[in-house]
Amino acid sequence: MTTEAATIGLTHGGSEDTGLGHRGPESKSIVVPYGFWLFVLSDMVLFSALFASYATLVHATDGGPTTNELFDRGLVAVETVALLLSSFVCGLAMITAKRGNMVWTQAWLVATGILGAVFLGIELYEFATMVGEGAGPQRSAFLSAFFTLVGCHGLHVACGLLWLGTMMAQIWAKGFQQHIIRRLLCFSIFWHALDIIWVGIFTIVYLIGTLPA
Amino acid sequence: MTENEDNLLDVAPGAPHNNILSESVAYIIGLALALILTGVSFWVASTGVLWGPGIATGLVVLAIAQIGIHLVFFLHITSGPDNTNNVLALAFGVLIVFLVMIGTIWIMAHMNANMMPDPALTNLQMQH
Repeated sequence: MTTEAATIGLTHGGSEDTGLGHRGPESKSIVVPYGFWLFVLSDMVLFSALFASYATLVHATDGGPTTNELFDRGLVAVETVALLLSSFVCGLAMITAKRGNMVWTQAWLVATGILGAVFLGIELYEFATMVGEGAGPQRSAFLSAFFTLVGCHGLHVACGLLWLGTMMAQIWAKGFQQHIIRRLLCFSIFWHALDIIWVGIFTIVYLIGTLPA
Repeated sequence: MTENEDNLLDVAPGAPHNNILSESVAYIIGLALALILTGVSFWVASTGVLWGPGIATGLVVLAIAQIGIHLVFFLHITSGPDNTNNVLALAFGVLIVFLVMIGTIWIMAHMNANMMPDPALTNLQMQH
């Protein structure tokens, strides 16, 4: 059995493990992030529904402003780079956290938060400008779908920032205990996932929306 | 089996490797590739050199490539035997996402084309 399992790639070289659950339940350091990974994937399914409704309603402008008139690629480029760097720096924070380096972990987490706040600030500025121009969510079906999709992502980022602040306080107060590291790992999964969703948004909403008609 | 060996058998999503240099390098490569793909996306959307009708498709392909980069270099989803559970969950997620998106867009586009009554009669117009 063991040799057979090894042949088809079910085991790590030389171990007795069949990969079929014979060792009993996994440790918490595996199970907790795996469960969180399932949540993140279900969150992506939620966003797919919002993307689908946006794609369906994007031309339903009811005579109001269209994508080409509303969106500013320069702002979106800055937002994109800010969120990408934030995700990258969050990864660096994980590397230092695993080694128990308090100063660098907190420094990278602060940088993560600042870059996330820059992203959120630009997004709120964009929303405020649009609403000020009379292009609020109540103007047309297209704008309702736009504010739902992009606003939902922005809300996730805002919650992520709150979570980030909480994690920094917990690391500061309780140190690098196992369960704190697990929470931090879950946060980093969440933060990277938000960047993945943003890739979809800046491509489908902003870039494709501002192609010359 | 020691605790250390135990940890080798399954990895949590997002859990990095063990060597500080290779870990950092993985993130830097990921960042560089993501920045390049983002730059190419913005260039493709702005340039007049490319064939217009193909640009939207090209942008979607670039986005999918970048999502792949994020998954591999930031979330450390690999094809290794220790990652089977994470990959299976991801595969199911991708299946549902594509079913919802392509299914909706396909069906709604057909309804829009085939079943829309005279535009003057309805306020639910999809203006093209």
